[in-house]
Amino acid sequence: MTAKQPLLSVQNLHVKVEDKEILKGVDLNIYAGEVHAIMGRNGSGKSTLSYTLIGHPRYVVTEGKILFKGVDIVEMTPDQRARNGMALAFQYPVAIPGVSVSNFLRASVKAIRGKDVPVKEFRQELKAQMKKLGVADEFLGRYINDGFSGGEKKRIEILQLALLKPALAVLDETDSGLDIDALKIVSEGINNLSNPETAILLITHYQRILNYVEPQFVHVFQDGRIVKSGGGELSKELEARGYDWVLQELTSSAVS
Amino acid sequence: MSAELIQDQTIGNIGNDYSQYGFQDKEDYIFKSGRGLTKEIVTKISEMKNEPEWMLKYRLRALDIFLKKPMPRWGNCNLLDSIDFENIFYFVRSSEKSAKNWDDVPEGIKQTFDRLGIPEAERKFLAGVTAQYESEVVYHSIREDLLAQGVIFLDMDSGLREHEDIIRKHFGTVIPAADNKFSALNSAVWSGGSFVWVPEGVKIEIPLQAYFRINAENMGQFERTLIIAEPGSFVHYIEGCTAPTYSTDSLHSAVVELIALPGSHIRYTTIQNWSKNVYNLVTKRAVAHADSKVEWVDGNLGSKLTMKYPSIHLVGPRAHGEVLSIAFAGEDQHQDAGAKMVHAAPDTTSLIISKSISKNGGRTSYRGLVKVYPNATGSKSSVKCDALLMDEKSRSDTYPTMEIDEKDVTIEHEATVSKVGEEQLFYLMSRGLTQDEATAMIINGFFEPFTKELPLEYAVELNRLIQLEMSGSVG
Ligand SMILES: Nc1ncnc2c1ncn2[C@@H]1O[C@H](COP(=O)(O)OP(=O)(O)OP(=O)(O)O)[C@@H](O)[C@H]1O
Ligand SMILES: [Mg+2]
Repeated sequence: MTAKQPLLSVQNLHVKVEDKEILKGVDLNIYAGEVHAIMGRNGSGKSTLSYTLIGHPRYVVTEGKILFKGVDIVEMTPDQRARNGMALAFQYPVAIPGVSVSNFLRASVKAIRGKDVPVKEFRQELKAQMKKLGVADEFLGRYINDGFSGGEKKRIEILQLALLKPALAVLDETDSGLDIDALKIVSEGINNLSNPETAILLITHYQRILNYVEPQFVHVFQDGRIVKSGGGELSKELEARGYDWVLQELTSSAVS
Repeated sequence: MSAELIQDQTIGNIGNDYSQYGFQDKEDYIFKSGRGLTKEIVTKISEMKNEPEWMLKYRLRALDIFLKKPMPRWGNCNLLDSIDFENIFYFVRSSEKSAKNWDDVPEGIKQTFDRLGIPEAERKFLAGVTAQYESEVVYHSIREDLLAQGVIFLDMDSGLREHEDIIRKHFGTVIPAADNKFSALNSAVWSGGSFVWVPEGVKIEIPLQAYFRINAENMGQFERTLIIAEPGSFVHYIEGCTAPTYSTDSLHSAVVELIALPGSHIRYTTIQNWSKNVYNLVTKRAVAHADSKVEWVDGNLGSKLTMKYPSIHLVGPRAHGEVLSIAFAGEDQHQDAGAKMVHAAPDTTSLIISKSISKNGGRTSYRGLVKVYPNATGSKSSVKCDALLMDEKSRSDTYPTMEIDEKDVTIEHEATVSKVGEEQLFYLMSRGLTQDEATAMIINGFFEPFTKELPLEYAVELNRLIQLEMSGSVG
């Protein structure tokens, strides 16, 4: 991969859910080494974008392209995309009763790395990551997200990403529901995912997390599109002024 | 740790070739009865086995009952009516006598067992092996310390020869021949099965195991098992079944009687995977005396039609009964399974957990009865049925019956039907698991409350079978 080619290139992406158009022409380029943040009102389509990137079957691409590592992935199944280096930390991780966290992590790591990791080695790696993220041992034996608190779910999501080491990590409101200390710990976890070969797309409502995970690019989502992009300072402006001025700016520029 | 390991191993075995379970040995029998069921055949069976007169009489009376009794008019009538009793071999003797030593087992049969992995399993943790090949037990070994403890673990035929007094006293007392059409059939033509007697106070630490396998085309298998736990004793008995696939239908109709005397504990575990043309019509019942505990752990995969409702009659105060069962029905399969709990004494408690999965147009039914007699005060019963549907074509029904004739009782019943969640699948797939792997993982999770009750090797086996069912590579 040449340095010029974006890791992820979303081009004029239109997406329908149950015959309703939700994404209406998203354009977004993310290069390796970058951290991007997406902010925007409830219901503006942020999660839809994240689901579409990882290939949720209910989200149908009607127009446009998603190039990942230069290849159009629209036809790929979620597991293919995951093995290709994409991962999503879910806004609402689902519970799977009867499946223990440790079994799931092992299966997942094996699937992504394409080979079995010896039990002992895997344990060590897992324990080290758990320690960093402040996840207690008892979670290994618990069923995935079953009865987890909101914050616990988010930590386990980041734990998974820490083990899978995706080239592109999409984090959908990973900061929501975290207490103050947890926010710090999880942010560190997110920063650890970042290196010159990887990129992060962070969806959030709050400036808070961006104090720890500093984006080079901030995008404002509105009605299924990115309506404004800027540097790290944009999030602070949004925090201070809300979204109305962005929209006003938009309408006035459209009129003029 | 066990549950974890199980799934680890399961995952490690995705894509294993299971065709080994469908092989068919050359038939090599010493005696094979003609097709159909007559007085002559029943008499011949009894003669061949050198049975005492009373057993012959018992068989003949049972035959009468069988011939007179109508087919059940519930369950799956269409399938029941399609059983052709005239076209079944009721007795096949596959080798001269039952052998205790592996070396004595005929070569062809040995190969079958080798492929089933029995000697290997035995090395690992078997206490004793009773492997039923066709109608008679050909291989049987029992560990020395069991003998030293005074435990009897024999195939039923040998049991009758060596311990006629015990068997005569208990045989058919829990499930009389006249109980239902199929118990009558079994009582007439039974062959093989296990006889277990555990002396007072003896707790057998390792599970007793038996493997069953049908091999002759159109052959019925009518094993008969009787387990008696004397006061304060404990036994865990396990049977696992695989059957190769044939083009014509086979009938399996076992009778299993358990007697748990005061303060004893019996656990009976079954994992069966009959081939998809087998009718599996089994009567299982236990009598639980005061302070005793009986558990049926029952896994039903395979077969064309299974009708099986393990029951427990709680006849002594504080007796406790549990039925924990799973059923899996794929295309053209109907698993009609459930449980019966009869509370006939004060402070008796029972628990039924039933989990079923149907896929590809398969059908599962839960059919259960909780009966509380007057004066069974302070009794408690809890029933929980969960059904999982894999697609729109599949079906699941619940037929719970409650007959409660006492006020001072606590009865709970809970039933759920759900579909494999799209969100769950997506979540697992987004972590790299293929759709088949993700589905199998969700299903293994669904069955986990059952699997965790199994010895490790059985749990691994079960998870593998489920994986195969999911990937569509069997059946
Ligand atoms: N499966 C669906 N069926 C119907 N409508 C849907 C579905 N999924 C999303 N939508 C609609 O699409 C719009 C965008 O939803 P999305 O979840 O992407 O918003 P969001 O920007 O992530 O919001 P939030 O900040 O509240 O998480 C909403 O109006 C939502 O109701
Ligand atoms: Mg959202």
